[in-house]
Amino acid sequence: MAFYRSQVLVCGGTGCTSSDSMKILEKFKEEVKKHNIENEIEIVRTGCFGLCELGPVVIVYPEGAFYSRVQIADVEEIVAEHLVKGRPVTRLLYTETIDEGRIKSLNETGFYKKQERIALRNCGVIDPENIDEYIAFDGYKALAKVLTTMTPEQVIEEVKKSGLRGRGGGGFPTGLKWELTAKSKADQKYVVCNADEGDPGAFMDRSILEGDPHSVLEAMTIAGYAIGANQGYIYVRAEYPIAVQRLKVAIKQAREYGLLGKNIFGTDFSFDIEIRLGAGAFVCGEETALMNSIEGRRGMPNPKPPFPAQSGLWEKPTLINNVETYANIPQIIVRGGEWFASKGTEKSKGTKVFALGGKITNTGLVEVPMGITLREVIYEIGGGIPNGKKFKAVQTGGPSGGCLTAEHLDTPIEYDTLTALGSMMGSGGMIVMDEDTCMVDVARFYLDFTRDESCGKCTPCRIGTKRMLEILDRIVEGKGTLEDLDKLEELGKQIKAASLCGLGQTAPNPVLSTLKHFRDEYIAHVVDKKCPAGVCQALLQYTIIEEKCKGCSLCARQCPVNAISGQVKSPFKIDQDKCIKCGACLDKCPFKAIVKK
Amino acid sequence: MNQQNCCCCGGNHVDERLEKVMKVIEEHKTVKGGLIPVLHEIQDTYGYLPEDILKIVSKELDIPMAEIFGVASFYSYFSLEPKGEHIIRVCLGTACYVKGAQGLIDRLSKELNVEVGKTTEDGKFTLEATRCLGACGLAPVMVIGEKVYGRITPDDIPNILKEYQDK
Ligand SMILES: Cc1cc2nc3c(=O)[nH]c(=O)nc-3n(C[C@H](O)[C@H](O)[C@H](O)COP(=O)(O)O)c2cc1C
Ligand code: SF4
Ligand code: SF4
Ligand code: FES
Ligand code: FES
Repeated sequence: MAFYRSQVLVCGGTGCTSSDSMKILEKFKEEVKKHNIENEIEIVRTGCFGLCELGPVVIVYPEGAFYSRVQIADVEEIVAEHLVKGRPVTRLLYTETIDEGRIKSLNETGFYKKQERIALRNCGVIDPENIDEYIAFDGYKALAKVLTTMTPEQVIEEVKKSGLRGRGGGGFPTGLKWELTAKSKADQKYVVCNADEGDPGAFMDRSILEGDPHSVLEAMTIAGYAIGANQGYIYVRAEYPIAVQRLKVAIKQAREYGLLGKNIFGTDFSFDIEIRLGAGAFVCGEETALMNSIEGRRGMPNPKPPFPAQSGLWEKPTLINNVETYANIPQIIVRGGEWFASKGTEKSKGTKVFALGGKITNTGLVEVPMGITLREVIYEIGGGIPNGKKFKAVQTGGPSGGCLTAEHLDTPIEYDTLTALGSMMGSGGMIVMDEDTCMVDVARFYLDFTRDESCGKCTPCRIGTKRMLEILDRIVEGKGTLEDLDKLEELGKQIKAASLCGLGQTAPNPVLSTLKHFRDEYIAHVVDKKCPAGVCQALLQYTIIEEKCKGCSLCARQCPVNAISGQVKSPFKIDQDKCIKCGACLDKCPFKAIVKK
Repeated sequence: MNQQNCCCCGGNHVDERLEKVMKVIEEHKTVKGGLIPVLHEIQDTYGYLPEDILKIVSKELDIPMAEIFGVASFYSYFSLEPKGEHIIRVCLGTACYVKGAQGLIDRLSKELNVEVGKTTEDGKFTLEATRCLGACGLAPVMVIGEKVYGRITPDDIPNILKEYQDK
């Protein structure tokens, strides 16, 4: 095996790839060749490191130097200075990692210090397209242990002991689900991985598939052994091309190594996996809809029972779990269920991955032990709110979830505490909002999403979400009334009670939770006809502050509808009846005399 | 891509795309739930689902046209109409929305005089809204073809569009 004195890890996650990290990787290869050190330096493409905000990210070992926002033009210098002469290019290092000239380890930085990586343990560490690297990090060790030393009952027992609950949103105990499916008698059973990641603002599952696809394959194979299935399906979004590609490579490699296919590890257990692509329907993340889609039909949910554990794919007992749920399994087997259960809280064991986004300094992917507080995640790991703005709310659970406010910041993150506050754990989206975010507008955004994605099978969901959206549209246009708020609540409750599947049953949540916690803001919209955050266009007015206006006439020349008039050198005025609120004048005023309120 | 078809039989072009699709149809005849994988292949090859090709699918897989249309229209990834030369996708995921992605859509819609989901009259651009592209660190994000534009404001749009307009 070749020995390298230094390793360059280039992030190949979707975030960094979008800012050309693969060209940076090529450039590194070129430069290293130029200096004739290609035998000493290994260049590895990895999955997401988590700190996508600072992408494209490059880490150089053994120093652990964390280069952020690297440009192609920087590569020459990094190679010549750091790799050839051993002098890290401080200018490009992530500032948090520099401490009086010394490079701090990443684990000492605010972003990583409180994280604990189980599901993400290999992301940003190994080359996801190289099975040997996965194996070098204990990969397929759990599968070997299971197939050669454990009975299916023992495997299920271990998973039950871990206390692992589903990471796809529902939080159902995983071990129990495995046991129920194992107990169903049938000539054929299936294992399904739900990689349809529907939350429109989240990318946990995608990063796992891109950064560590073998962990999911290994876990599905273990599940197959535990429940008595020999065929698995991964249902992954077609919009995730890199994840799909890495899964294909991983499946091929696993087959070549005899880790998928017939007689795995020489035992008489056989298991194989097929990929099926989703086609852009959010409701297909719901398990029965997902299975209808695999079967080649419109992806509409079925009433439950029967549950998939009794009758799922092609009416056979089927185990369906989320990507992140699976990614925890190999470590649970290798290190034991008790080890996993020792992390987290009484009712929520282990860790959870979150996609931090919105008005937060460190946008990215984090994995934290359950029970950590929202404050720790948002302020310590996430680095707080940028531009000195004030925190307003954090949204978890995506379109099924709700918003929490500043007074909830010290709440521990657990399935049951979040639900009790009217939000939910969800699959891991965590969007932070500041004073410039309008909560009515956010609620409208989610409802527009669920209305669009309702499959239309049942009336409360199809018609109800449409009615709610119409009311919200009226409110943001300044035509709402106080009664509308009661109507929203009434409709929301009806939709929740009468819908067939989880989509309809949770669709009103973002509206109900903002109505509860931010009623003032709704009232400002319907009574005062104002949008306090300054977002809802129809409620804004552009005005010129007389004292500041120098009468330069720049704004008047900018206005497309001639709404601004005045005499040069004396204050100008905006005719509100003519103004179409295009905002063109605002940026043009050199004296900042025009305001939007 | 440069597609050079050989004309060996009196100008009778061999359609490479059709051949590829036929092969995939053949492979999926015995696959359970094979219709959707076949539709994916057609969508990727042609950029939409041409009716002629769907008729072949209907015959070969023995699935009625009505059912194929039912499935194709259910999923937003499939399109029954051809798309523009450049497809502009603006991320309307939550992280991008909170950072003002709606402003990008409004501006694009105005500049190109086209609604979301529609193609410009000259067939040059199709404007689409998508969900999280996994690049929230760059929010708000817009993609034209394969190229990703991150951290942009509505005012950057005219210049970006210029790169494509004269081509
Ligand atoms: C509308 C809707 C969308 C869903 N989307 C997803 C999804 O994108 N990913 C996921 O894993 N589970 C999703 N679920 C939950 C699944 O139905 C199912 O509970 C889950 O895949 C089970 O796996 P777990 O127990 O490992 O979480 C969704 C449920 C509903 C009702
Ligand atoms: S609740 Fe909505 S998405 Fe679910 S089955 Fe009914 S109409 Fe379809
Ligand atoms: S916002 Fe637009 S329409 Fe209104 S005054 Fe300013 S430039 Fe004119
Ligand atoms: S994609 Fe590179 S750090 Fe997340
Ligand atoms: S929400 Fe737009 S890239 Fe994630």
